[in-house]
This record gives sequence, C-alpha cells and structure tokens, in this order.
Amino acid sequence: MTVTTVTDAQLAPKDYASDQEVRWCPGCGDYAILKAVQKACAELAVSRERTVFVSGIGCAARFPYYMSTYGFHTVHGRAPAIATGIKLANPDLDVWVMTGDGDGLSIGGNHMLHVLRRNVDLQIILFNNEIYGLTKGQYSPTSRRGTRSPSTPQGSIEYPVSACSFALGAGARFVARSIDTLQPHLVATLKRAHVNKGASFVEILQNCVVFNDAVFDNITAKEAAPDAQVLLEHGKPLLFGTNKDKGLRLKPGKIELEIVTVGGNDVSTADILVHDETNRPLAQLLAALEPPFPVAMGVLYCNPAVPYEQEVHTQLAAVQGNGDLDALLNSERTWEVTP
Amino acid sequence: MVTSAISRRSGRETRDSVVIRFAGDSGDGMQVTGSQFTQETALAGSDFATFPDFPAEIRAPAGTTFGVSAYQIQFGGTDVMTPGDAVDVLVAMNPAALTVEVKDLKVGGTVIVDTAAFNERNLNKAGYARNPLDDDSLARYQVLKFDITKLTADAVKPHGISSREAHLCRNMWALGLLLWMYGHERTATIDWLKRKYGKKPTIAAANIAALNAGHAFGETAEMPEHLVGYVVPKAHVQPGRYRTISGTEGLAWGLVAGLRASGIGKLVFAGYPITPASALLHTLANLRAYGVVTFQAEDEIAASGAALGASYAGALGVTSSSGPGIALKTEMLGLAIATELPLVVIDSQRAGPSTGMPTKAEQSDLFQAVHGRNADAPLAVLAPATTADCFDIAIEAVRIATKYMTPVIVLSDGYLAHAAEPWRIPREADLPRFPVAYRTDPSGFHPFLRDPETLARPWVKPGTPQLEHRIGGLEKDYDSGHISYDPDNHARMTKARADKIAGIARDIPLQDVALGVGSGKLAIVGWGSTFGSIHQAVRIARDEGRDVAHIHLRYLNPFPRNLGDLLKRYDRVLVPEMNNGQLVKLLRAEYLIPAEPLTKVTGKPFGVTEIAQAIRKIDGEKN
Repeated sequence: MTVTTVTDAQLAPKDYASDQEVRWCPGCGDYAILKAVQKACAELAVSRERTVFVSGIGCAARFPYYMSTYGFHTVHGRAPAIATGIKLANPDLDVWVMTGDGDGLSIGGNHMLHVLRRNVDLQIILFNNEIYGLTKGQYSPTSRRGTRSPSTPQGSIEYPVSACSFALGAGARFVARSIDTLQPHLVATLKRAHVNKGASFVEILQNCVVFNDAVFDNITAKEAAPDAQVLLEHGKPLLFGTNKDKGLRLKPGKIELEIVTVGGNDVSTADILVHDETNRPLAQLLAALEPPFPVAMGVLYCNPAVPYEQEVHTQLAAVQGNGDLDALLNSERTWEVTP
Repeated sequence: MVTSAISRRSGRETRDSVVIRFAGDSGDGMQVTGSQFTQETALAGSDFATFPDFPAEIRAPAGTTFGVSAYQIQFGGTDVMTPGDAVDVLVAMNPAALTVEVKDLKVGGTVIVDTAAFNERNLNKAGYARNPLDDDSLARYQVLKFDITKLTADAVKPHGISSREAHLCRNMWALGLLLWMYGHERTATIDWLKRKYGKKPTIAAANIAALNAGHAFGETAEMPEHLVGYVVPKAHVQPGRYRTISGTEGLAWGLVAGLRASGIGKLVFAGYPITPASALLHTLANLRAYGVVTFQAEDEIAASGAALGASYAGALGVTSSSGPGIALKTEMLGLAIATELPLVVIDSQRAGPSTGMPTKAEQSDLFQAVHGRNADAPLAVLAPATTADCFDIAIEAVRIATKYMTPVIVLSDGYLAHAAEPWRIPREADLPRFPVAYRTDPSGFHPFLRDPETLARPWVKPGTPQLEHRIGGLEKDYDSGHISYDPDNHARMTKARADKIAGIARDIPLQDVALGVGSGKLAIVGWGSTFGSIHQAVRIARDEGRDVAHIHLRYLNPFPRNLGDLLKRYDRVLVPEMNNGQLVKLLRAEYLIPAEPLTKVTGKPFGVTEIAQAIRKIDGEKN
C-alpha cells in the first residue's frame, strides 16, 4: 500500500501506476495506451481515490490492475452494466470502462448499446485490435472479411462492425478515435473524453503483436499515415495528405463523401467540408470512412446532454417524503385490534 | 364452510370460516374484485389468506377457458393459514369460469352465475354442449342465477355510460352482493373507486352504483330463498395495528427496513421485467423517498451487474427475477462470490423449466439457488414462509449479505408475490439494527483481509483515500489480495469461501419445531410458501391423535446447525415440496437420513387435505 501525501495536482504519470508487474506481451499496443491514460490522468490531475477503472475480460481488461486507482475486473462484456451501477450508487466517482472489440462489441454488445444511449457519465475506452488475443487469436467482430484465424482457417466470411458507427447508432453523444502509437493525439483525445460529461466513447486502434501484427499498418505506418488518416479538428476543413492538399467534400447531389485535391479542378479550400463535432450525420459519414478513404481520427462527435445518473438523482431529489418508515408501513388502510 | 352452532343473528347464519372464489374472464376484473373483498374482510377483523390465480395472457380471447382469471380468499375467526382447499362460494361470471372452477366447489356449495353470460357463443367457447344452468349437472350445488349484466346495466343507467363501460361494472355488482352476504362494509371500496377513477368521476359513480345495487339486491325483497346472509366472527389475534400485506410489499418494505438497519445510505435495485418478479420493481420504484434507486436494466445480466456495481461502490445492491432470469445472473453471482461483495437476489420462483408456466408457482429453483453456478461457489439461501415473513426475511438477507460480504438468494414464489394476509405492523424502533462499518483505515489493509470471526473481507467504498485497490474474478492471494495462480492458495481460498458461508450457521437461530414435539414418529419438513398448508395438515393430524411434527426451514444454506440432530430424532421424515424433490435430496445428502418426498408440480399450491392424506397414509403404514 502506497501511502502518499502529495496532492493530486502534483502527481506524475508514474504515480498512477500500481505496484503490479504489467503482463502484456512485449511490444503490445496496450503498453502505449496505459502510458497515455496515466499521462492524461496526471495532466488532468484526477483524484486516485475517486477514480475507478472497470473492465470485462480480455487483454484490455487487465488494465485496472496496473493503475493505482480503484479497479474492478469483472465478467466478459458486462463492464458497462457494472459501471452504471457504480455511478448510480455514487455519481461523484470518476469511472472508466476499459474494453476490447470482443468484450465490448461481441459478448457485451448489448450493454454497450444501452450504456451509450443512456449517456452514463463514463469514459469508455475500446481497444480495437480486430482479434481475440487472450484466447489465442480467433477472429473478432471487427476483423476484416477474410481474416484467417484458428476458427476461420479459410478466412472469415462475416462483415465487420465499425466501432464508431455502432456507437453513433446507439446514440452516443461523444465518439472519438485514436491510435496506440499516436501518443500526443491519444492523450489529447482521452482528455477530451474525460472532460465530456456523459458516455464518452473512444476507439483506439491497437496493434496485437502476436495474433494480428501490423493489421493497421495500412493506416498507421509512417509512410501511409498522411494519406490514410484525416485528423479531425472542430471548425477546421477536412484536409489530409502529406501536403494537406487533399480534402473531403460532399459529392454533389449525393449523401456521400469524396476525395478532392485542393487546387485541382477548380477546388479551393472553401469547397472542403468543415468539421462540426455537433453534426451527427457528418459524424456518421466520417465514422464509416475506411481505405481507400482516410480513416477519421480525433473527436468525430461531441454533443453533450445531462448524464443519466444526474437525471436519476434529480428525480430522486424531487421526490416528496421524509423517509419515515413507520409512516410507510402504516400507509393505506390499517385497523386496530384491541385486547 | 365450517359451521358452528347455527345461530340466527339479525337473520344471518354464523360461519367459522369461508372460502370464496371469484372467477371470470381475464378482462372481468376478478383480481380487483378479490382484492377489494379482501380489504373489506380485513377491516371487518377476520383473519384471511388469499390466492390470486390468473393466466399468462394479458387479455386472453374472451370467454375461453384458458382466459379464466380467479381470486380465492379464505377468511374466518380462527387462525387462517391457507386460501383453503375446497370452495364454499364460487362466483362464475361466464361459462368458462364455471367449467374451469366448479370442480373445486364443495358439494352443497354455492355458485353464483351471471345468466346473461350463458349464451350460446360463450357456452360453445367453454365446451358446453348444453347450458348447465338448464340441466341437472349442477344439482350437487346451490346455484344462484342472476342476470347480473341486466341488473348492472339498470343500476348504472342514470350515469349515461356506454354499454361496454356498463358491462365492465358487473364485477362491482357481484362484489356488492358478496359484501352483503358476509356483512362487510363498502366504504374502503367506494374510497378506492373514487381514487382509481379520480379523473373519470362518471365511471367512478357508475361503479359505485353497481356496487350499491349488488348490495341492495341482497338486502331487499328480491332476495331469493337460497341467498342467506352470514356472520363470520372476528379473529382472535394479538392486539396491535394491522394491515394487509402481499409478499411483494413484504419484500420491498423489508429491503427498505434492512437498508435502514444497516445504516447504508442507498439501495440500488436493478431488475428486468419478468413475471412474476416485476411487481417488486414497481413497488420499489415508488419508494425513492426511502433511499431507493431503481434501475430497469437492458437484460437480467445487466441488472445483476448494476446491482453488484452498486455494492462495489458501497451501496446496497439488490436484484430480482424469476427462474429463467436468475439463470442469466449466474455468472455475476460467481463474480460476487469471488470478489466477496454483498448482494441480495430475490427469486420469485415460477413453474419451469424454461418459460414453463410464468404465472404459476413452484419451488423448483432450490437447486439453482444452492448449487447452480460453475465451480465451488457457495452463497446463502433463505426462503420466506408467508407474505408477512417476506418482510423479516428481506431484513435478514440484508444482514447476512452485509455482515458476511456475500450474495444472498431469497426464494420467494409467484404465490407469495401476489397473495395477501393480515400483518401486525412493527415499529421501526423494534426492528433489528446491524450498522455496516466500511473500512477506512489504511494501516495493514489489503482487500481480502478477513474478519477472524465471520471470515468476511473489508468493505471499502471507492472514494476512500489511501485504500485504492483492485479486485476481480481472478483468484486472489489469501495473504495479499493480489492475483494468484498458486495451487495451494486456490485450495485455501476455496475453503475460506466455503467456511465463511458455513459459519453463518453460528449466527442464525437453531431450528425449531413449528408444531408438535422435537422427536417422534414423523416429521413433516417444509420450506417456503407451503408453510400454511403443511401447518394446517399437521394440526389436523395431531387432532386425530397422530404423532407428527411440523418443521419449517427458513434457512436453506447453510442449514441451522442442529437440523441434522433434530431430524434424526424422528422415525420418518416427509418433505412436501412444489417441485420434483429438491430439499429432500439436500437433506439426504447432508445428513444421510432416509427423508421421503411428497411432490406437487401442478403450478398450484398444496391443499391441506393432500398433505393430511399423505400423513394418514404414512401413519397407517407404520401402525
């Protein structure tokens, strides 16, 4: 037990690390995510005693053991439900849900849907490595069609789910995407998620070095990244490419995006779509982008509303009555039996 | 009808106890009719027990036998413990109700019918080739034939409501007549109608007119020869203030009382709609002034997860369901056991397997409660005996869950959930207190440090400085609480979890004998809602001079520590259960005694006579 006298504002990222040895595979993207979360916590000066990390099952779900905060490693897919109960019991706690593509979108897909639509004030961090790692490499609900795995020797034939499209479809009011290796971007995205009140959904593309290595290279590799990613900034045009000369705009007469080159074919920067975090249809278009389109990184959608548990407690506060148990038991019709 | 010396008091005959069953279409309002009759019976000072029996369909096709809804009440001046086996008075609102229910009517009993409902269409739907009112098929009964439809229509005419609305007042006419028959007041019902139809005063007035007309029908010269008024004496019960209580109310109020007794500020109840458990969610949703937060989750799993999350955060987590839903919560119960967090789980058992018969009661989740999890996963199991006992059992569940940091399953059932009986209202000041002490001291802390007496681990609220820790479903080291795959440690932790639950036996009352003496020829051992039937049957057998005792278990895991020794002092042990033999197997396994089963799986509670006959059979064999 670490006994500390420093205030939260003085804490360094390492102060958010527990004394437990981290046991992910060497080279796993989870290390970078752990580092980013600890850095975000330090920069936000979050209180360790008020913070709870809740997880389900899977590689990502080991996360709480490595934080010096409160942590609850629960059952497969159910972390959103448990986190909801925690917030109902104590809305003052700062609760993170750490999940994966199998945990959050397969076995726990139903809970993910409902925690998002309810808008419970949580940071929900989904580590998407497009594979089941802890069970040794089966294809997952985000695996691309054709993924060869122990359970799909001829290649998977299922169409994958897009985590961010799912979240938006479920009614999430904060949806963001980042990459394990994009450290400053990841830290900034996590901080945005933390600042947002309500269910904040962050998909992190995370490399599984053992069972699905390099699956994101077409998006994240250094030489591919400029053309394969569009970094979203609220109020800024959707430009990308090494020279920021490519842009996204609505195809005339259609509800779909197209890639245009700024300066060519009479296209100017003014023709490029400007990112608006509060525009849900735009967020849906961006969430669905996949190669050959650039993959959207950053805050796709942020349109906050009063969190669920706050509404619950507003209703509670409005209830009349002094909690007199004797009055409850004697409510309605009673009668007296005399000796 | 148990008839004492027939005395004529103001023209009324005296009855010690009466069994009435109201039966009609599920749209005929038989449940409210029965409930209101019960309310007036309670206010008249009788003891009573009720049994609502309704179909799973919300509105089954009108006039069909599977759409029949019934409500039975037994009331009287003596100790009434069951809703009664055989019916004295059957109110049958249509032919389907008559054909389904008449088999339970005593020979010589009274059946009251609405003649207008016995038309060709309804007779056909009920499977009658001929109108039973016109032949001698009901010759064994007193048949009172009234055109209730027309009498109601005439009574409500001044209020100018539609004929359909008038038809819906028929139940109040029948209620009025029955209230007259037993000399009950109508005040509570009139007040209730005014409240219920507050925004529709015309409908309220029409229903009251129908109620009054039914009452007046009995009172006036229209009274036919067989329609006699009765007097049922007041029950001799302990002085005090009383009310009616259903099992659902008992559980809800008991949970609130348990919350208060524990000093925990908040109860988080998470449920998912399921028959017959939903009523508890509805009842608790109205108790927010008492520190109750209710959460309708997306499924049974999430409900148990949210409740456990609430307990983890330091509130009292409670979840509830019926058998199929409890099955879905199983994995979360395993986590609650592994992380040693308090959790109260209410199981309103119903007939199964699978969807089974959702509105019919059974006691067939005992195995599921005691053993139904992967691995060695012990928890505490309790069962209320009566609707009033639901209150006490709920308090006890909270006590055990918080003191021992364990899930506790309470096995109620569909019968207890809806049944009602009179209840002497306790004062909060007289209820038990068991304040919870959360751990706040960091010195020497680890999350699985055990109390040497209870073996419970400390309960720490997240938010407590310097006690930050991580727990989960992975095995923990006994000495540090960290993850451990050490073989010997797992054996040690498995034993610690088992010893903790077994040790609860030191903290619960010794098993008593509900009726009879602590040794002899025959013990009848029951649990749950069969209490009343078994008790009455043993009373009858003892009145017949038989050496038989009634033992009723409220603690099913662990058993009271003297139970084995007690049972071994009887030559034979008979275990009546509404299942295919579950407690009987637990007793045989635990104590190596040749306990014998008496099972019933019809979806209906045991009748007193069924058990009394079984006792006579065994006693006869012995003699």
